[in-house]
Amino acid sequence: MAEYENKPTGPQGEPIPEPSAAEGLDEGVAADEEQVLVASQWRLIWWKFRRHRLAMISAGILIIIYTLAIFCEFFAPYDPTQRDIMLTHVPPQRIRFVDSEGRFHWRPFVYGYDRQRDLDTMRIYYEVNEEKKFPLQFFVRRDPYKLWGMWESDLHLFGVKDGYVFLLGSDRLGRDMLSRVLYGARISTSIGLVGVFLSLLLGVVIGGFAGYIGGIFDSITMRIIEIVRSIPTIPLWMGLSAALPPHWPQIRVYFGITVILSLIGWTQLARVVRSRFLSLREEDFVTAARLAGANEWRIIMRHMVPSFSSYIIAAITLAIPSMIIGETSLSFLGLGLQSPAISWGVLLQEAQNIRTVALSPWLLLPGLMVIITVLAFNFLGDGLRDAADPYSR
Amino acid sequence: MTYVARQALLMIPTLIIISIISFIIIQLPPGDFLSTYIAQLEASGADVDDATVIALNRRYGLDRPVYVQYWRWATGMLRGDFGQSFEWNRPVSTLIWGRLALTFVVSLFTLVFTWIVAIPIGIYSATHQYSFGDYFFTFLAFIGVAIPNFLLALVLMWVSFSYFGQSVGGLFAAEYIDAPWSWAKFTDMLTRIWIPVVVIGTAGTAGLMRTLRANLLDELSKPYVETARAKGVSERRLLYKYPVRVALIPFISTVGWMLPVLISGETITAVVLNLPTTGPLLLRALQSQDMYLAGSFIMLLSVLTVIGTLISDILLAWLDPTIRYE
Repeated sequence: MAEYENKPTGPQGEPIPEPSAAEGLDEGVAADEEQVLVASQWRLIWWKFRRHRLAMISAGILIIIYTLAIFCEFFAPYDPTQRDIMLTHVPPQRIRFVDSEGRFHWRPFVYGYDRQRDLDTMRIYYEVNEEKKFPLQFFVRRDPYKLWGMWESDLHLFGVKDGYVFLLGSDRLGRDMLSRVLYGARISTSIGLVGVFLSLLLGVVIGGFAGYIGGIFDSITMRIIEIVRSIPTIPLWMGLSAALPPHWPQIRVYFGITVILSLIGWTQLARVVRSRFLSLREEDFVTAARLAGANEWRIIMRHMVPSFSSYIIAAITLAIPSMIIGETSLSFLGLGLQSPAISWGVLLQEAQNIRTVALSPWLLLPGLMVIITVLAFNFLGDGLRDAADPYSR
Repeated sequence: MTYVARQALLMIPTLIIISIISFIIIQLPPGDFLSTYIAQLEASGADVDDATVIALNRRYGLDRPVYVQYWRWATGMLRGDFGQSFEWNRPVSTLIWGRLALTFVVSLFTLVFTWIVAIPIGIYSATHQYSFGDYFFTFLAFIGVAIPNFLLALVLMWVSFSYFGQSVGGLFAAEYIDAPWSWAKFTDMLTRIWIPVVVIGTAGTAGLMRTLRANLLDELSKPYVETARAKGVSERRLLYKYPVRVALIPFISTVGWMLPVLISGETITAVVLNLPTTGPLLLRALQSQDMYLAGSFIMLLSVLTVIGTLISDILLAWLDPTIRYE
């Protein structure tokens, strides 16, 4: 916008005509520039964000993870609670197209295993049996489920008619790890969103008041935030979640955990909101709105909130990972969600015994999912933070 | 001096609030240890009459109103009396100090470790911006932040168990666990302490090295650096004389929030690696609702971080004259 206002003017104030040759050459550029000048703030943010390649990839990964989590009943080949004591700790199977005789098949398949017992150590192990070939079927009808507890169905993305398919192996009760990881994704990834939403409510209200009112209220709030942050989080979380009654149903424990996680999470967001409020309060456009007679509510909602909401979005994106790690850690310690609930932390409880992990390392795969999700959120948050202020360079 | 005194005074309300939070945690669980204990006694066939219940209640001070219990607990702490551990049937203070000291030692080692690793890498990344090394360390930093402590501990244990055939848990070899402190015990600890130190320090190292990189880049683009370069100061001197020093300030100022993070990470890592520090005992205490023990741990861990913050504030004021004392 500044360019238009600062156009060189002649002595009488009329604009000096620009050289026509340059105009012709730069027509494309000029059109682009004009687009930039009239673009809304959100459009500018999007353009800037788009250039951040890692953040774009991360956004894609997160969309995939959340889609898998939302429709986990459909994507999971098995009911996650279905056990088979003859198929415990089965190693992951490889999807194959070429069989042992070198023939190519359009329909992918997996090989079955022979269950053996090592007579020296009495340990069970599995040997690939190339005689047993289980072709994968798509849109197969198998274990029935209720999607979101509402619609009954038995359609799965893939599965096998006879035999079994454990792409990520099976656990100590012969349950399919892939299905469990997918069901776990639903709880683990949503706890981050719900927790962040609660923190956001607390953070925006408290931080907003502190920043807008200022004075003694501001100092007290800041002091409280400082105190809360000086308590080591994991011991505090542990203390609070140990207080959740053991007889509570899983859904209440779930919300209990999110509340506990957001009791700490709000401090970070409150600080961001407060600092934004403090800096915006002095901006010219706020003063202008006030002089124009806008009331406080309108100034906040119409003028201030839109100009810092991009920062808030970046801040909450960066806050989600700590929530996910928090839930996973608590459940891993046995203080958060408990089996039969399925979350990544609950699944990792199975990996607590190092001897079991040494024999069946695929039990650590839920941890890999945690890392991927957290990484993706961190990259996305970084990209958003850079794009939050599209006018900076 | 007045500054130091003022900061120290400010600690008092903080500590009071932390003690209230700790006490709330003590009170929160539905049903206390005593009712569990009595139920256990009854289940084992012991005859528990009302008089015993009342006597037990009185002995642990559970018959008084909550605020009286708090007052007794809080004032007791000042005398070094943290109440009675129900489960161990011993005063809490006999259980915690040794473990707290080890937690402190591990956290301190971790802090030093993060600095030793983060400072050179941060400087390298800033002076070689966008080089292969810079990208490599940036990538490592992101991974380091994304891995939860307990998972890193698990993976390290798994790798060392299945590829090197040794288990890495604990801080001491079996023969030193109950032995009094000696030089041999200390060196034995040093050979084992590095695993928890690496596990806990990874995230902090990653954060610090990014901070140092960003600060140093800011500093290096300032005019005074350009002036010095124009005057022919060597690149080496140019870097270390001022920009690095200025960029290091956050290392001191972040000690305050590093400590809660370190102690927090120490707690969960200790559980996985089975270290003789606060973590496993805190978890046990919480599981068995031995609340005075658990509350005292949370209280003392917080006190540790508050004192750490105080020290970092004082150091910062001493190092950075631009910070006003008012």
